[in-house]
Amino acid sequence: MREVHVSAIADAVKKLCMDANWSLEPDMLRAFDRALGTERSAAGKQVLTILKQNAEMARTRRIPYCQDTGMVICFVELGQDVHVTGGALYDAINEGVRHGYQEGYLRASIVRSPFDRVNTGDNTPAVIHVDVVPGATLKIMLMAKGGGCENRSKYTMLTPAAGLPGVKDFVVECVKTAGPDACPPLILGVGVGGTFEKAAILSKKALFRELGSPNPDSTLDALERELLARANRLGIGPQGYGGDTTSFGIHILSYPCHITSLPVAVTIECHAHRHKEVTL
Amino acid sequence: MSVSTGADGIKDVVTPLSDADVTSLKAGDRVRISGVIYTARDAAHGRLLPLIEKGEPLPIDVKGQIIYYTGPSPARPGSVIGSVGPTTASRMDKFTPALLALGLKGTIGKGYRGQPVKEALRQHTGVYFGAIGGAGAVLSEFVKSATVVAYEDLGTEAIRRLEVDGFPAIVLYDCHGGDLYQDGQKVYAREDG
Ligand code: SF4
Repeated sequence: MREVHVSAIADAVKKLCMDANWSLEPDMLRAFDRALGTERSAAGKQVLTILKQNAEMARTRRIPYCQDTGMVICFVELGQDVHVTGGALYDAINEGVRHGYQEGYLRASIVRSPFDRVNTGDNTPAVIHVDVVPGATLKIMLMAKGGGCENRSKYTMLTPAAGLPGVKDFVVECVKTAGPDACPPLILGVGVGGTFEKAAILSKKALFRELGSPNPDSTLDALERELLARANRLGIGPQGYGGDTTSFGIHILSYPCHITSLPVAVTIECHAHRHKEVTL
Repeated sequence: MSVSTGADGIKDVVTPLSDADVTSLKAGDRVRISGVIYTARDAAHGRLLPLIEKGEPLPIDVKGQIIYYTGPSPARPGSVIGSVGPTTASRMDKFTPALLALGLKGTIGKGYRGQPVKEALRQHTGVYFGAIGGAGAVLSEFVKSATVVAYEDLGTEAIRRLEVDGFPAIVLYDCHGGDLYQDGQKVYAREDG
């Protein structure tokens, strides 16, 4: 049994929150450069250039890339030979969020109840998913998820007869309805199969794969490429001003499902794709 | 006139705006906005609407003004403001026609708006500007001062008076029915899905 103290978890989460909001990951910066090489629209190119400047300014001045510093989503892979000591895992994560957002000058965007809508003031609580896995390490994958794009995420339960064509049309439709509200260029996380909630969780988890990397499943990889090409033929473009770069990438995860079901969940993510991970 | 065209083709817009100013702006025009603008988003609009319905005075005089839909991140010590990009405008659609009827001339946000807003822009001679969503760090450079003028308890959602200098935006919807999204996207659409 390896012991990991809660203070190490809180410190790690605090740092991930600040870093994620100040410094876009290299996969995002490469995506801007790739798009600048292919985008035909002058307005689209200008948006991409400004977004690159924005990333640079955020990193050097340690101010958030976007003022919507998001709701924190954590996927934790907890090795079954790890013993968390000194307190509760979930409390430690929220403690990290609290300090990260307050000390990092990040916006508090969470209300304590969807009904009375009183701001919690420190961006807690996070949405936390824990998977128990073999081993003696604790991995935290953290995302600061913006609201504008999240609000355009969608779920549908297709019939098995709707099949692959139905899945494809639904994903492309999601890009269309997201439009400029979700701050394109977009990244799509798609979860296919499982159940209602499983598909939704997969759609979030899919976003953690490095942008531009192939899907390890060759069938899904081909599907991702086809859907990305279709999304980018819609003409929406950066910010919806018209152009070729509507999406930077579409990431798909799938899971076995019931003979009656074909669940499809699509998480819409914007160009402020703030994701970081750490292994303790 | 508080709209003039610079040597670079970008229109300089200085608040407050008159009907003639708004009429001269066309969808697709790039603009630099200078002067005073006000921030307000969901919660502040939620408080303004009952006042409008009862005919009571608002905490800000919206006549000729521009409302920027944003909730800035906190300023670091020594800075004027934190990151300050636009939020999705359609969430404010419910409130915008009433504010335009009171003389509001412009809004700044991102994303499509509903037909009633488009009609109100025509009827009351208003304009909808777009700022780049997610470019909050860059946009903070154009804000010279920020003061909370109402609803301080709402935190980031309070109404702030911003003094801006050359704030970059683009005309998304003009008062003549022009729509940059429609015009821009049809040029690049290669297939209907
Ligand atoms: S959708 Fe993303 S980039 Fe746009 S305002 Fe929200 S978090 Fe920022």
